[in-house]
Amino acid sequence: MAGEIILKVRDIHKSYGSTEVLRGISFDVQKGETKVFIGSSGTGKSTLLRCINQLTVPDRGQVWLHGEEVTHSGKEINRLRQKIGMVFQNFNLFDHLTARKNVEVALIKVRKMNRKEAGDKAMEELVRVGLEDKADLYPAELSGGQAQRVSIARALAMDPDVMLFDEPTSALDPELTGEVLQVMKDLAQNGMTMLVVTHEMGFACSVANEIIFMEKGEILESGSPSELICNPRYDRTKQFLNKLGELYGDIGRQR
Amino acid sequence: MNDTITLIFKALPFILQGTFVTLKIVAGALLVGFICGLALAVGQVYGRPFLSGSVAFYVWFFRGLPNLVLLFLFYYGLFPLMGLDVSAFFIAVTALGLRSSAYQSQLFRGCIQSLGEGQMMAARSLGMTRPQAVWNIILPQALRISLPGWSNEYPILLTDSAVTYAIGVMEILTRGNLVVSRTYQPMPIYMTCALIFIIMNYGGMKMLHLLERRLQIPGFGRGEH
Repeated sequence: MAGEIILKVRDIHKSYGSTEVLRGISFDVQKGETKVFIGSSGTGKSTLLRCINQLTVPDRGQVWLHGEEVTHSGKEINRLRQKIGMVFQNFNLFDHLTARKNVEVALIKVRKMNRKEAGDKAMEELVRVGLEDKADLYPAELSGGQAQRVSIARALAMDPDVMLFDEPTSALDPELTGEVLQVMKDLAQNGMTMLVVTHEMGFACSVANEIIFMEKGEILESGSPSELICNPRYDRTKQFLNKLGELYGDIGRQR
Repeated sequence: MNDTITLIFKALPFILQGTFVTLKIVAGALLVGFICGLALAVGQVYGRPFLSGSVAFYVWFFRGLPNLVLLFLFYYGLFPLMGLDVSAFFIAVTALGLRSSAYQSQLFRGCIQSLGEGQMMAARSLGMTRPQAVWNIILPQALRISLPGWSNEYPILLTDSAVTYAIGVMEILTRGNLVVSRTYQPMPIYMTCALIFIIMNYGGMKMLHLLERRLQIPGFGRGEH
């Protein structure tokens, strides 16, 4: 894989008070690549994703999308964020809007599409995640898996260059997890560039180009799934993978 | 007995004209309170420290004064000092409305803050500006949640509106008093006034319940589980 680099992250630092959450994170993302971030809670994975689209402003370091700086971009951030889709652990669907309107609203208000165009585009995205028949239901009437698929459709509707997934299945039971992961696999196979924070190692093994293991705000090691899982360089990585294995069965062989 | 009934019927048309004035005061004050209260709440939640502080001061000031004191301050002090010759009705709406806005702002603030930061983050992640997110995502939800609490403002303002009698606004109580001063029959007249207030209160609350139902959306529960 030697594609074009579309996202560059350089030396990201972030502290909350005296707690250093991120201590100098750098990596490049190629077009069409899927990177999976693993590591125990509190190692800064979610904060890192939020620093990429500036929902959290890093103390130091830069993020570049297509050679344009995302950090310090002032008002341009609203344009750049449209190109960086984000999916949250708790879905964060807009509870007062139907599934279709959830997907539509940013198209109308941000992209200034007319209602007809936006409605068609929203339906297209709902079809893509297999929810065209739920278009008129409100978030409270959807299952967790459906809600998360709507939120993926909502992000996709903006035609992003890269998608950030922040533990997208952590709030779901195993059956619902499957339907969300399937949508994400399809996306990856269709060439979407994705950064995914997850502990679903089955997904990581079958989809990721690179797995990044984070520890205490730093990247401890990274590599292709086979490298990292079969041959971790550090004991800490091995330990963590063993823990995951105990919890979810042998990793790398499932799915 | 018959005399009393005759008296009430003779006085009724005169007193009833006051219901329009009362309704106009209540509607005006509710509107002023809603618009200012919402703006204050948004300013307090999303504004810089100076703005938040100013709103807190405003709220403290208007919640700290009795209605009657505020009315007198406006009627004898503020407006004459500014050289403005405005009607007692206008002063009534302004004073009651600004006071109500202080209360309403804290109601709205609570509802906005109850939404949690996830809604704002999701909206911003799609490229919405902060004002766009507040207007399209935060307020439609916060206002729905606030409606049951907000419906308190109607009976409060309705009953409070009677104090504008003190500055001579021709509302229900003022008119009742005029009748009493001519007939020396306080009880039947004040009971008539009381009845009018209670009926107006009932009607208004019914309408607010209807509004709440119409705005009902799954997820903003009515406790049906």
